[in-house]
Amino acid sequence: MFNIEWTGEYIAFIVFSAVIISGAVFMINFTKVVHMVVSLAAVFIGIAGMFVLLNAEFLAFVQVLVYAGAVSILMIFGIMMTKHKESETESKRGLHSLLVGIGAVALFGILFYAIRQTEFPQEQPLQAVEDNTLEIGKLLFTGYVVPFEIISVLLTVAFIGSIVLAKKEANE
Amino acid sequence: MLSSYLMVAAILFCIGLYGALVKKNAVIVLLSIELMLNAVNLNLVAFSKYGVVPSLTGQIFTLFTIAVAAAEVAVGIAILIALFRARGTVNVDEYDEMRR
Repeated sequence: MFNIEWTGEYIAFIVFSAVIISGAVFMINFTKVVHMVVSLAAVFIGIAGMFVLLNAEFLAFVQVLVYAGAVSILMIFGIMMTKHKESETESKRGLHSLLVGIGAVALFGILFYAIRQTEFPQEQPLQAVEDNTLEIGKLLFTGYVVPFEIISVLLTVAFIGSIVLAKKEANE
Repeated sequence: MLSSYLMVAAILFCIGLYGALVKKNAVIVLLSIELMLNAVNLNLVAFSKYGVVPSLTGQIFTLFTIAVAAAEVAVGIAILIALFRARGTVNVDEYDEMRR
């Protein structure tokens, strides 16, 4: 089971998965909300590294721009706009947390069992194309042009909707 | 190699699920949902390289997921700010009009 050869990809995979999992666990355990957002940014950057390992360079950049940049900053703005007491009070619902923990571990057990049992066919992995961004652009503007347009409409609607929702009512 | 990526994604998804159900701060609940979405993205990209039919389609799907997730975060934060204005709290336990 452990007779793996230590290729560069495997070492990089170990490093990135350590970053991802420790960031996620720290996010659960930190008490200050801003620290949680910072450790989540570490998780996002680790996932961007995983995307580079999987020959998805364009997605890695999108991940850094959208998640590590925009989403983290948006969350920090959300924390800033809603004054809270800096640190989260300790949850008093012990039984609830315990049950949720058991449920999450059980789900992981099921997923673990399923992944170990499945026979993945040893096909040839996708060869790294010379220009990942070029290929994605070609595909996006030929086969997937309708979803692309729909997603632009969705983004516009979400943009206007969030402005309307968060706008302060004048007569209050 | 595929199963290793799937395992990391499964761990990430379960941590996100735990955080979304246990945490009381609404901002952290939104962050945990982002964690779960990222686990799904990792799965999609892993299958696009090592799956039965390797192709770039998985990466296109991930692009769409990222766009939808960004829209979701924007709307979620807007709703959160509106709720905070109305109720003066971000504790999800106190948003319980619907079951009273």
